[in-house]
Amino acid sequence: MPLLIASNISCVKGERVLFEKLCFSLSEGEVVYLQGENGSGKSSLLRILSGLARPNEGKLTYKGKPLVTNQHQLAQDLIYVSHKSSINGALTAVENIQFWTNLQGIQIAQNDIDNVLMALGLAGCEDIPISQLSAGQQRRVALAKLWFKADAKIWILDEPYTALDFKAIETLNDRISNFVQNEGAVVLTSHQAPNITGPVTNFALEYQF
Amino acid sequence: MLNRLIGGVVKRELTLALRQKAEVLQPLIFIIMVVTLFPLGVSPSPELLTRIGPGVIWIAAILSILLSLERIFRDDFNDGSLEQLMLSDLPVAAVAVAKVFCHWLISIGPLLFLLPLLSLLLNLSASTTYVLAATLVLGTPVLSFLGAISVALTVGLRKSGLLLPLLLIPVFIPLLIFATSAIDSARSQLPYAPQLAIIGAMFLFTSAFAPSAIAYALKVSQH
Repeated sequence: MPLLIASNISCVKGERVLFEKLCFSLSEGEVVYLQGENGSGKSSLLRILSGLARPNEGKLTYKGKPLVTNQHQLAQDLIYVSHKSSINGALTAVENIQFWTNLQGIQIAQNDIDNVLMALGLAGCEDIPISQLSAGQQRRVALAKLWFKADAKIWILDEPYTALDFKAIETLNDRISNFVQNEGAVVLTSHQAPNITGPVTNFALEYQF
Repeated sequence: MLNRLIGGVVKRELTLALRQKAEVLQPLIFIIMVVTLFPLGVSPSPELLTRIGPGVIWIAAILSILLSLERIFRDDFNDGSLEQLMLSDLPVAAVAVAKVFCHWLISIGPLLFLLPLLSLLLNLSASTTYVLAATLVLGTPVLSFLGAISVALTVGLRKSGLLLPLLLIPVFIPLLIFATSAIDSARSQLPYAPQLAIIGAMFLFTSAFAPSAIAYALKVSQH
């Protein structure tokens, strides 16, 4: 039984139809690799799947219930990493993570944050305002969310590999593989094929005029 | 839920305010400038200042709130933090209340603190200052709440700079009328409780409906 199902959804932006009658499903332990040209509606689809935006037509169900009434449940089970950084440049990496975990209601020890930042190669950057870090380092801080919400069931990752170096990509792939082996479900977009151990479903969106 | 709001939103806003002092102080300095320049511009006669003083402070407060309003959601919208706030399983309306409260505390708190000094500059008596403070305490949260609705609506638009004041000035006018009328009554030793009660009613009404309106506007802006 798939966790998240979208049936016959359409998305219209301005005058342009991004996609029509699109069906999508995501099950536990599955990675869906969303492909498509720039402007084909990948991010819009991810925003709809996360519940941030509503489709113009069609409906979504999460765990068998319509998403409109089950938004709360999805929010508890979801980590969404958008193509925006979702971190504030004036705050430090530790503060950004702390405020996010506080908001999510996750108890986290300072030690754990330090360990994850170390694993992400950010040791020594804990107390510097994010705006002074490089694009790749900022991306790593944004991705640090993936290490902190242990009870998440779905990850929606919009271009997670952008600006990351080879080593950070490997760390992220390991993390995703590990999550999928533990029955997690992942949707991600990327312009390079992800190197993840486990079943990867390709899902292509076509650019529509 | 309150713990999560305080830890995730209120503490964050206050930390950010401390980090971005210049931006936070700008509205306050604006008020101080208006209040100090006004007597030079019209006339420094004490009677005139006593008469127009409360109005000057109120107008300066309204304009300074307009200056700082965009801070409520603009940065968070641009860097994507707003998406994370909306995707937490907390009600968006509750998050909105927390943000509006912080905005009010940061932009109006220092003004209330400075009020005795400002009223001294405008030759206001202690009793007038007291009523002025009461109208500000009851009235400015209304400005923050209504302003937050407009900011939430326009946050997704580029160049919304002109739209925001145009949307807001009409709804601020009744508030200004009742506030100045309360202060006038107090100065002429008349009862001012009715006007204060009306401002209080506006405050209660906006705090009841504004949170869900802000939440709805934010959802619309995410499309």
